[in-house]
Amino acid sequence: MIQWFELVVFGVLFGVVSVMGFLASRWRRAESLEHLDEWGLGGRKFGAWITWFLIGGDIYTAYTFVAVPALLFGAGALGFYALPYTVVLYPIVFLPVLRLWSVSRVHGYVTPADFVRGRYGSPLLALLVAITGLVATMPYIALQLVGMEAVLRTMGLNATGVAGHLPLLIAFVILAVYTYQSGLRAPALIAFVKDILIYIVILVAVIYLPAKLGGWSAVFGAASDKLSQPNPVTGRPQGSILLTANNQLQYITLALGSALALFLYPHSLTGVLASRGRNVLKRNMMALPAYSLLLGLLALLGYVAIAAGAKPITNNATGRPDTNTIIPVLFDQQFNSLFAGIAFAAIGIGALVPAAIMSIAAANLWTRNIYKEYLKRDATPAQEAKQAKLASLVVKFGAILFIIAVDPQFSIDLQLIGGVIILQTLPAVAIALYTRWLHRWALVAGWAVGMGYGLYLLYLIPNPAAGRAHFGGSALALDKLTLLGWHPFGGSQVQIYVGFVALVVNLVVAVVLTPVLRARRVSEGVDTTSPLDYHADEESDLRPTDTPAAEGVATR
Amino acid sequence: MSEPKSGVDAGGGLRLSPWNLLLLLPFLMLITPWINADEPRLFGMPFFYWIQFAFVPVGVLAVAVVYLKTRDDGPVAPGVAPDVDELDEGTAGGSLAR
Repeated sequence: MIQWFELVVFGVLFGVVSVMGFLASRWRRAESLEHLDEWGLGGRKFGAWITWFLIGGDIYTAYTFVAVPALLFGAGALGFYALPYTVVLYPIVFLPVLRLWSVSRVHGYVTPADFVRGRYGSPLLALLVAITGLVATMPYIALQLVGMEAVLRTMGLNATGVAGHLPLLIAFVILAVYTYQSGLRAPALIAFVKDILIYIVILVAVIYLPAKLGGWSAVFGAASDKLSQPNPVTGRPQGSILLTANNQLQYITLALGSALALFLYPHSLTGVLASRGRNVLKRNMMALPAYSLLLGLLALLGYVAIAAGAKPITNNATGRPDTNTIIPVLFDQQFNSLFAGIAFAAIGIGALVPAAIMSIAAANLWTRNIYKEYLKRDATPAQEAKQAKLASLVVKFGAILFIIAVDPQFSIDLQLIGGVIILQTLPAVAIALYTRWLHRWALVAGWAVGMGYGLYLLYLIPNPAAGRAHFGGSALALDKLTLLGWHPFGGSQVQIYVGFVALVVNLVVAVVLTPVLRARRVSEGVDTTSPLDYHADEESDLRPTDTPAAEGVATR
Repeated sequence: MSEPKSGVDAGGGLRLSPWNLLLLLPFLMLITPWINADEPRLFGMPFFYWIQFAFVPVGVLAVAVVYLKTRDDGPVAPGVAPDVDELDEGTAGGSLAR
C-alpha cells in the first residue's frame, strides 16, 4: 500500500534539495567551472562549516543509517563497532590528513593517486592506487541506492521487476544532472539540509521511542531475549548484546581497519582537499565526532526495532526479506505520517550527498590518473573538467545498472570487499606521507600480495545462515587462516577482520623486499615533493596558490 | 617545540611533539575485555554501550589538546621567523629539484 502523505512530504523535500543542487553552481561563483579544481574540488576554498557538513555527509551515509542498525538488529553487539570506529578515526587521521592537504595544495594534486605519482615517480603504482579506488568506490555508490530504495519500498513503492526500480532511477537522473552541472558545490550545499533533517530525526527517535517502549532497560531486555533465540538454520544463538569470546578480536580489528580505510577512500579525500586550509581541517577533526554520538544512538535503534516488534519488508524485486528496511519500517510504524515522511526524506537525501561526492571522486580518479596519464597527456584544464563531468554520469548509471541487473546483496558483498582492498593502498598513500623508506617496487609487490591474499581469505568465508559457501562476510575464523597450506591457528574459532590480516601481509612483503631491492640498486624513482611541502598552509603563499599555477606543477 | 632542521629528517620533515601521544588515549576503548560488561548500567543501558559513548568526548578532548598545544609549531603562523626562513630555503631547494 502506498503511503501517499509520506510520499508527498518526501517529494517536497526532495524537490527543494534538487533546486538547491542546480543553483549550487552559482554559489561562491568561480570564473568558470571548466576546471577540475573548480568542478571537482569546489575551488579548494571551503571553510570550517562547509567542510564539516561535506565530510560528515561523506562518512555518515544513507547506507550507514540503514545498515548499522540493521546489523545490531540481526547480530547484536558486534554491529556497535561503528561507534569505536568513528571515535578512533580522528586521532588516527588528524596528523596524516594535514600533511596530505598541504602537499596536495602545493602540487595541485586532486586524488590520492596524484600524490603517489608525485612521491614515487611511478605511473604503475599510481595506476594501481587509482584502480583500487575506483573499484572500491563503485559498489559504495550502489549501496547508497540500496539505502534509498529501502526507504522507497517502505513507502509502498515496492513493485516487482524493473518497475520497482523506477522511482530510484528518477531520483538518480536528477542527481546525475545537477552533479554534472554544479560539481562538488551541489553536495556541499545539500549536505546542510541533509544533516539538519538527520539530526532532528535521530534526536526525536532516540528520545521519544525508548520512552514510548518502556525505557532503555526494556529495549535491551527485548533485544537480549530475541538475540538469544537460536537461528533456525544454524541452531546457534543469533547474537547477543555483549561481545562473545569469539568476536572480540573481530570487533577490535573491524573498528581499527575501518578507521584506517576511511580516509583512503577517494571520496573522503575529496572532502579534505576541498577545504581552505589546515586550520579548517584541524577544527573539523575536533567537531566531526559530534556525528559519532549520533551514529551510536542511531545504531541502538536496531534494538529499539526489536523491542517495537518491527519486521523487515520483503523486497518484491528479490523476493527476500530485506533487513535494511528495518529502520524505515520502525519509523513508519511509530511516527505519524508527517514525521515519517521527514525521516524518509532525511535518509533519501542522505543517499544523494555521498553518492554525488563519490561519483565526483571516481570521476577525478578517472580523469587525472587514467585519461590524462594514458589517453590524452596534453589535455587542457577544460578538457579535464569535461571528461570528469562525463565520467561522473557514467559512474552513476553504472551504479544504477548494478542495482537493477544484479541482486542488491551482491553490492553489499562488493562493498565489503571494497573495504578490504582499499586498505591495501595504505602503505603507498598513508605511510608515504611520513617516509619514503619503502621501495616503490616493494609497495607494488605488497599491494599485489595483500590484495590476492585478502580476496582469497574472503572467498574462504562461508555464511551458513544465508546458505552461502563463499564471500559470506568479513569475519574470518582464525582456524581458516592459511599460509601456503599451513594453519597457524588450527581449531580456533576466534574471528578477525580479513582486511586487517591482508594489510599485515602487505606490509610484511613491502618491508622485507625494500632492503633487497635497494641492495640490488633498483631505481627508486624521483620524488617531486620536498619535506616542507607537507607543512604548507593557506597563508604561506610561497608556492602557487591559485589553480592555474597549481595546474602547471601537476603537469610536470 | 624545538624541531630538527629540514636536512636532518629529509624523509618527510617530521615535526614530533610529545603532545601527539595524547592521540593514543582513545584507543583504550578498543581493549574490549575491559568494557565488555553488562553492569553497571546507566539509564538502563549496559556498561558496554555507555562507556563507549563516554569515549566520544575523550576523543574530542585528545584531538583538541593536541591541536591547541601544537598550533604554533608549523611554518603557518605568521611571524614565526625561523620557520618562514626555512620555508623559503625549502622552496628554493624544491624548485631546483624539479
